[in-house]
Amino acid sequence: MSAGLLAPGAPGPGVDPASAPSSAPSSPPAAPAAVRRTGRRRTRRVLGALVMLLLVAVAASLTWGGLTDEVLAHLRALLGLPGGQVSFVVGTLRLPRVAMSVLAGVAFGLSGTLFQTVLRNPLASPDVLGISGGASLAAAWAILVLGVSGAAVSAAAFGGALAVAAAIYPLSWRGGVSGYRFVLVGVSLAFAVSSGLGYLLTRAAVDEVRAVLVWTVGSIGTPRWPAVGLLAGALVVLAPAVAVAAHRLRALELGDDLAGGLGVRPDAARLGVLAVGVALAAVATSQVGPIAFVAFVSGPIARRLVRGAGPALAASALVGAVVVVLAELVAQHGLGPLEVPVGIVTGLVGAPSLLWLLATLNRKGRGA
Amino acid sequence: MNGRPTIDRPTPDIPTTRGHDLRTVGLDLAYDDRVVVRGLDLAIPPGRITAVVGPNGCGKSTLLRGLARLLRPRAGQVLLDGHPLHRLPSRQVAGLIGILPQSPVAPEGITVADLVGRGRYPHQGWFRRWTSTDDLVVADALAATGTADLAARRVDELSGGQRQRVWLAMALAQDPDVLLLDEPTTFLDVTHQIEVLDLLADLNRQRGTTVVMVLHDLNLAARYADHLVVLADGRLVAAGDPADVLTAELVASAFRLTARVVGDPVTGTPMVVPVGRHHRTPPLPVRS
Repeated sequence: MSAGLLAPGAPGPGVDPASAPSSAPSSPPAAPAAVRRTGRRRTRRVLGALVMLLLVAVAASLTWGGLTDEVLAHLRALLGLPGGQVSFVVGTLRLPRVAMSVLAGVAFGLSGTLFQTVLRNPLASPDVLGISGGASLAAAWAILVLGVSGAAVSAAAFGGALAVAAAIYPLSWRGGVSGYRFVLVGVSLAFAVSSGLGYLLTRAAVDEVRAVLVWTVGSIGTPRWPAVGLLAGALVVLAPAVAVAAHRLRALELGDDLAGGLGVRPDAARLGVLAVGVALAAVATSQVGPIAFVAFVSGPIARRLVRGAGPALAASALVGAVVVVLAELVAQHGLGPLEVPVGIVTGLVGAPSLLWLLATLNRKGRGA
Repeated sequence: MNGRPTIDRPTPDIPTTRGHDLRTVGLDLAYDDRVVVRGLDLAIPPGRITAVVGPNGCGKSTLLRGLARLLRPRAGQVLLDGHPLHRLPSRQVAGLIGILPQSPVAPEGITVADLVGRGRYPHQGWFRRWTSTDDLVVADALAATGTADLAARRVDELSGGQRQRVWLAMALAQDPDVLLLDEPTTFLDVTHQIEVLDLLADLNRQRGTTVVMVLHDLNLAARYADHLVVLADGRLVAAGDPADVLTAELVASAFRLTARVVGDPVTGTPMVVPVGRHHRTPPLPVRS
């Protein structure tokens, strides 16, 4: 911060007061419009590359094990073209699984990035803060205590995520919400929630524990189409809210006083952005459980790809989708005959990601 | 094309009259239970430069936040053209009043062009995207602050003086009629301090922007301000032309400092020369 302050007469552009006011014409290529265009071009290239990567991952997931012909025939049937052949494996197992992976990845990626940006803290993501944990606890409680299954468990998970988020906000309020206190309260609640989950599991029967397990680590499983439709519909409904949140973040990122000066009420705007993030995390968790680390790593990875400032929401959504689809591919086929819940794979990826994140932050001298 | 043609070019966003009546009536400002500003009656002269001075913790920054609508009055009111500031829509206020807080923090990795562009926020909506007017205003703001060459650079790579000019460019891009600045010269060496204050004086003369700034340096305040506001312990001690206000008695009562006030050899404005415990003799020659 102070390195440049004391450099007397550093020959930087415009440092000489006499030349400062009239330095504009000397650098036509650095005009702000051109700078913005360069940034946008880079963002577009990154988004294009991520879309390609996602398509490759989706194609690999659908055709794994030499099912290319079957997939093509099934797609032909879906489009009503001649030569189509409906395939059970493709249409009922793989397609909804891949669709659910993409949608859940998008939701987690957006949610985590909104949290991290609005709270100005890379640790602030719904999986670290116990919001996803709240979903696990509520789902386990619904299965083990209420003895329900299916949609009722999803509803309980949704409610659990909302309940933890609704508890963090007032607990971290001291004349306003600071990202630091929000994270501390969230992490504390995550421990409490995890204790509750442990208690429920110890008193559960062994066969019940397996049903609860997918709710503690997150699993795509074999979703039915209505569940996929529900998540897709929720994302469509939340899309305008995400757009508004992204706009508010442009001001909020500058700090509360500057945001206020730009016409944004910081507390209300922050609550709004958090509400969108919670809604995304809750609806995704209610369908696939708390898939570890996706919300946590998508934003930082996306920001490093896009460079520049801002939450890079579109890139974060695509990174989330790519991560979940690839992790699901590994979970299904990469570990020999054993199929594991996808959350185990993302957890394995997540730990090194966290280390990488800490290492790069330290290089800039900002690591804690 | 000499001087700064970009400043004077009329753009659709610049209204013809910029003078606004900004005043406080019996204003109390407080954080939780701690009242910082008490019973303040203050009128900001439109189209002029006002400097707010006072000892540490006297409520200068708090007053600025109150004027910017960032702090709700505990009692009394802030009036903008006769309307209570807190009843006006925040978007409308943001179009008229801009604030540059003390040592703001730029988002990580942001470029100068992007940061300055954020100043256009009140003029945009999430549906109304970037326009060529925005590009024009941002280019003007960069040119006026001598930061056009830095447009593609990252803000966190800049020196302190460059960074402060970039923040000023952002405030210019917001294009407010009243610009509030909290110690815009803090952490700057003397060259950059003068540069920033000259820039604000240009802004005031060429655009007619009303400038209200908190300053620590009494001599610079006396030089650059048309109107000096002295606060102590949250109350108004004096306000008016610096030549009338800044006296040895006032410095003694407001700052508890024994000082001589002499004429500034360059501008003739009052110049405060502190005495201090170790330097009471010999008497200072008074220049005129």
